[in-house]
Amino acid sequence: MLTKKQNIDAIDSFSENLEIEGRSLWKDARIRFMRNKAAMVSLIILCMITLAVIFVPMFAEFTYDDTDWYALHQAPSTLHLFGTDSLGRDLFVRTFIGGRISLMVGILGALVAVVIGTVYGAASGFLGGKVDRAMMRLLEILYSIPFMFLVIVLVTFFGRHIVLIFVAIGAIAWLDMARIVRGQTLSLRNKEFIEAAHVCGVSNWNIIRRHIIPNVLGIVAVYSTLLVPSMILTESFLSFLGLGVQEPMTSWGALLQEGAQTMEIAIWQIAFPAAFMVITLFCFNYIGDGLRDALDPKDR
Amino acid sequence: MNSEKKLILDINDLKVQFSIPSKSLLPWAKPHTLKAVDGVSLKLYEGETLGVVGESGCGKSTLARAIIGLVPASAGSVVWLGEDLTKLDHESLRLKRKEIQMIFQDPLASLNPRMNVGDIIAEPLRTFYPNLTKSEVKEEVKEMMYRVGLLPNVINRYPHEFSGGQCQRIGIARALILKPKMIICDEPVSALDVSIQAQVVNLLKELQNELGLSLVFIAHDLSVVKHIADRVLVMYLGNPVELAECDALFAEPKHPYTQALMSAVPIPDPRIERAKKIQMLEGELPSPINPPSGCVFRTRCPIATAECSKEKPQLKGNEIHSLSCLLRS
Repeated sequence: MLTKKQNIDAIDSFSENLEIEGRSLWKDARIRFMRNKAAMVSLIILCMITLAVIFVPMFAEFTYDDTDWYALHQAPSTLHLFGTDSLGRDLFVRTFIGGRISLMVGILGALVAVVIGTVYGAASGFLGGKVDRAMMRLLEILYSIPFMFLVIVLVTFFGRHIVLIFVAIGAIAWLDMARIVRGQTLSLRNKEFIEAAHVCGVSNWNIIRRHIIPNVLGIVAVYSTLLVPSMILTESFLSFLGLGVQEPMTSWGALLQEGAQTMEIAIWQIAFPAAFMVITLFCFNYIGDGLRDALDPKDR
Repeated sequence: MNSEKKLILDINDLKVQFSIPSKSLLPWAKPHTLKAVDGVSLKLYEGETLGVVGESGCGKSTLARAIIGLVPASAGSVVWLGEDLTKLDHESLRLKRKEIQMIFQDPLASLNPRMNVGDIIAEPLRTFYPNLTKSEVKEEVKEMMYRVGLLPNVINRYPHEFSGGQCQRIGIARALILKPKMIICDEPVSALDVSIQAQVVNLLKELQNELGLSLVFIAHDLSVVKHIADRVLVMYLGNPVELAECDALFAEPKHPYTQALMSAVPIPDPRIERAKKIQMLEGELPSPINPPSGCVFRTRCPIATAECSKEKPQLKGNEIHSLSCLLRS
């Protein structure tokens, strides 16, 4: 009996000393996200597509610029799984290579936009007053530059290059991000915990870093997952107009453009790249929706 | 009576005004000024608690924010240990934060929801003593948590996992960790329910005795102020109305506004409560953008005469009891 009581006491004091692991808002959101079936399925499919575009071209039989003069416009077969294009290049490899470029433009472009936009927006909203006004006017000036015009000027001056697409898309996309983050920051700025941080003597930069950015990150995450598909679409659009990647390198947009020309005689040339692109865009949108639901504090 | 005590804070004719852009479309229309705090003078001694009371919108919180430098003072001085805080530059003011800390009204809103309790309490420490190692910081945080009545094993939890009273304890721990000399409490208990209010107020009192803190305690609940304060400042529309030692003020309120406030305090005895006559104030609180001339209280004062609109009364009286009324003293 005595030993039992001692045991209980020991357990008691042990459990009191044990540090309880708290559940952060991020952890909460992750649990909610995992419960969202559509988002989880999209995430898995997207991971598979990403792995495929990275690894399939490495182990494929053909490279993306191998031309086979005896197999022009060939329908899908066991040798060419997705068929060949008008120059006899294997579409299976080209679809994944194109996916590489499209996803890279989408993700890197969104990343650049998110980093610049978040820092700019948070700084502008937090500093307020004249600085804010000046920064917002600059933003509006950049807004007023027509996007297509900028792209055409860049392409005529520097030639067609994938980096230019990054530059052009990145230069435009962060503007929206900055506005969203600024709005969020303005509403956070007068919260008591920011005042408390001022009282604790935390420097402005650390307030932005430690208090503002973590609290706007939710909306940034949602917005950036929705930004990726719009980036992919923009790149496809540019490639479709012939302003995108340089042959023989390709992207989903460029493949669609080629496929569209031969649609009547070789439907597979447009069907496979289009299917991949549509699935990817769907996945990103579902993930964005899932993230929004998971991070929405009102859902709690 | 306080002559042997050390003066730590001396506020002289402090004014805080906000300019409000005029609604008129004409660009040369003059902006309005909102006089949130209009000439408050007070002294705070070491180890003393000063209660500040008044109805909503009378400038209590603005006074607190002006003392700590969250809003700039328009005129007057805030002398902290011989140094005028209103004249300091940003960096030296930041260093003063080691000595003056603040507790906020809404316990949950004053804690960053993305940080855990340990990080929240440690933040001032990390800011002012960046050389401390992680384990030293953790040790201090745990000790402070123990002191304010939080179990140290909840150090990794997040604010939303705590009740309001516990959140306020976290706020108190954060304010205390730098070992300040003065804490400004901006309605620290008004968002809590009554039983928790008592706990938090008693905790503050205990900590004050142990550490020799000075407190500026802002509240609109007179019974709480009576319990904790040594001296009480009553404010109305940004102006000081009556400044007196707590016992003297509650025994014999002199200013008509203070009398009206006191009569509104409920007494926990139905028979006395029913017999009591509440002295109602007529009308609404005037706008601080366009306050009445002379004595700001005259529009609602039961004893006001024509005299009152001519001259603005100043606080006069002795150390124990002073009030600003042209008719009474």
